[in-house]
Amino acid sequence: MTKYFSEDHEWILVEGDIATIGITQHAADALGDIVFIELKEVGDSFDSADDIGVIESVKAASEIYAPVSGEVVEANTALEDTPSEINKTPESDSWLYKIKISDTSELDALMDLEAYTALIS
Amino acid sequence: MTETKHTPLYDLHVELGGKMVEFAGWSMPINYPMGILGEHVQCRTKAALFDVSHMAQVEIRGEGAAKAFEALVPSNIENLAAGKARYTFFTNEAGGIMDDLIVSNAGDYLFVVVNASMRDQDIAHMRSNLDGFEVIEILDRALIAIQGPAAEAVVSKHAPAVAELKFMETIECDLLGTSCRISRLGYTGEDGYEISILESEVDRVARILLEDEMLEPAGLGARDSLRLEAGLSLYGNDIDATTSPVEAQLNFAIQKRRREEGGFPGADRILNEFANGVSRKLVAIKPTGRAPARGGVEVQSSTGEKIGSITSGGFGPTFDGPVALGYVAADYAVPGTEVNLVVRGKLMPATIEKTPFVKQNYKR
Repeated sequence: MTKYFSEDHEWILVEGDIATIGITQHAADALGDIVFIELKEVGDSFDSADDIGVIESVKAASEIYAPVSGEVVEANTALEDTPSEINKTPESDSWLYKIKISDTSELDALMDLEAYTALIS
Repeated sequence: MTETKHTPLYDLHVELGGKMVEFAGWSMPINYPMGILGEHVQCRTKAALFDVSHMAQVEIRGEGAAKAFEALVPSNIENLAAGKARYTFFTNEAGGIMDDLIVSNAGDYLFVVVNASMRDQDIAHMRSNLDGFEVIEILDRALIAIQGPAAEAVVSKHAPAVAELKFMETIECDLLGTSCRISRLGYTGEDGYEISILESEVDRVARILLEDEMLEPAGLGARDSLRLEAGLSLYGNDIDATTSPVEAQLNFAIQKRRREEGGFPGADRILNEFANGVSRKLVAIKPTGRAPARGGVEVQSSTGEKIGSITSGGFGPTFDGPVALGYVAADYAVPGTEVNLVVRGKLMPATIEKTPFVKQNYKR
């Protein structure tokens, strides 16, 4: 498994052509208390950089952007009832989607942990 | 580019882990490590300390200043008793609101507090219209607000006299060895005080107050969600130079004598609106679902007609759901009316409600 990071502060954990995606701890901290999330449904497909959901904190609304093109195979809909969990476990239990990646070469445009750490420091 | 200004509590904010943002030219904490939600709940259940030193404090001196001030505002100032404070607003010739403010009768002068974003305009406005009176910007004083059900215990421990104050009363008294003007008011919907205190003393006094386990610092984020739940208008969002006090449902601030006599800027429009009604009204709007609707969101009737827009919206931590204020056409400004909000291109159901979303808790 390889973990990638996007400039939109998402993490992407890849196993074969399936990726689990979520927002980084840095993003969760910057957003502050999360009070609402809206997710796409299983079967929805999208292109890289499409908006695939919304996270609202007490401060503001933020779009979730697709880090790569693909199709939703699972959405963590439990978060819709407990959005504040995202602040607690953004990089583990509070993943947002499992997706089927349509073109794994798009992963090359993403960052590794070292590059992402440099971005946010 | 002008430099971002610091209040005398800047170092304390940074030391307490405040996340500093630019607001109206000032570097202010939006929240501390507790977070907006936690700070909001802290204020509703215990007590919170807010730095509001970016607001302007002004003294107006001269025989008959209260009567003269009535030329700028539609409230009854002449009959405001010594030791009392009143919420009012500067109106313009078109009957819009130039800024909202608190004016207190401090005995031998009027004590006026105006919004940070409007301070320069307001002070110039007072200077040019209060001919023959001294309009003195108080530059050596900070302003802190202690708000919440435990505010009385937190402050009266060091200044017993404040326990006797009622809502909208003000006194000058000693607080931890320095003379302060302490007023029982605020903008959170909770009981509490605003304390005007020497800049040179505020850091020391704030640190001592914060030793109380009931008190925690809170930032602008919580201040906004608190006032929104309490149904209190924010200047620049819910009220501005184009909205009249009648549209904004601020009739309570225009006392009977002023309605009869007029004699304030924009009286033609405002008195006409009292007599004949308004075409739009500021109302509370409650989204039915969990998604917040923010300022700028269009409000539609159930038949798809545009009837207004949201001016402030977000999540109410105590209300435990999204809350908003906005203007709608007067026909729809009836509690219980079902409307739709256009959020990210989709229609979201909502209802018109009475303000406030959370009961105000003032000591009357």
